[in-house]
Amino acid sequence: MTFDVLVEVRLKQGVADPPGATLERALPALGFGGVSGVRVGKAIRMSVDATDQAEAEALVAAMCDRLLANPVIEETVINVAEAVAAQ
Amino acid sequence: MSQGRRVAVVVFPGSNCEHDAVEALERLGATAELVFHRETTLGNADAVVLPGGFAHGDYLRPGAIARFSPVMSAVAEFAAAGRPVLGICNGFQILTEAGLLPGALQKNQGLKFLCTTVELEVASNTSVLCSGISIGTRLSIPINHFEGNYTCDPVTYDQLVLEERIVLRYVDNPNGSLGSIAGICNEGGNVVGLMPHPERACDQLLGSEDGCVLLRSFLEAA
Repeated sequence: MTFDVLVEVRLKQGVADPPGATLERALPALGFGGVSGVRVGKAIRMSVDATDQAEAEALVAAMCDRLLANPVIEETVINVAEAVAAQ
Repeated sequence: MSQGRRVAVVVFPGSNCEHDAVEALERLGATAELVFHRETTLGNADAVVLPGGFAHGDYLRPGAIARFSPVMSAVAEFAAAGRPVLGICNGFQILTEAGLLPGALQKNQGLKFLCTTVELEVASNTSVLCSGISIGTRLSIPINHFEGNYTCDPVTYDQLVLEERIVLRYVDNPNGSLGSIAGICNEGGNVVGLMPHPERACDQLLGSEDGCVLLRSFLEAA
């Protein structure tokens, strides 16, 4: 089976986020007031072949540990869904 | 004496300071050789330098891909044996990604690529980079980076302070680094990473010779 995967890589709470801070300063200058807590991360999409959902999730978790995120400063949110067959 | 020391300077695809490193080390009497990242051994090297640049394009995160280069297993073994390893700029980023040094290097506060000469202060002289140099010694050395903003968790920071593993601090913090950290070492003091480029400060023609002080110390430890 093929699964559509979306990994959100985001900075851990408390880790300084220079791009986020810059955006937060820029938005009011463009007239967007009332914005706070801006955090910049990465979204990684991929297709993964696995026998079932659990195996796909385990594979992606291992990818996050080894390569996709730096556990010192980042955490990940993993979304795995069965791919809709392309016709 | 640093005469005759053999130094392996690792070249990743995207490294760009390897020749500067070789030039600086050889001027100090060492024999420096370029070692491609696909090699699985470091030959008979007495010391290893991971030079600056953009290894593997800095894709994903600086050092994230480079840490899996074949040569890195040999570098890790070399480090574990207590031999001297120096990561300069991108080399420092690679050492943190490889887990040979703690913490991580983030984008500079202010999001500017910084290319300037800064003042550093020797914060500890227990590592191979600063042995014999008085604490508080000021050195004028260039920086050239976008992701040099050192960060780590508070427990790690306290440990670095307690164990005198903060090797160099910026006098005037240019990039937002935690505790103005410019360079740190591992527990053994034999693995050092720093963002500034000592190899670019080894001739008055380049504005400073202060880098020689650090590289000489490094070679003498080899």
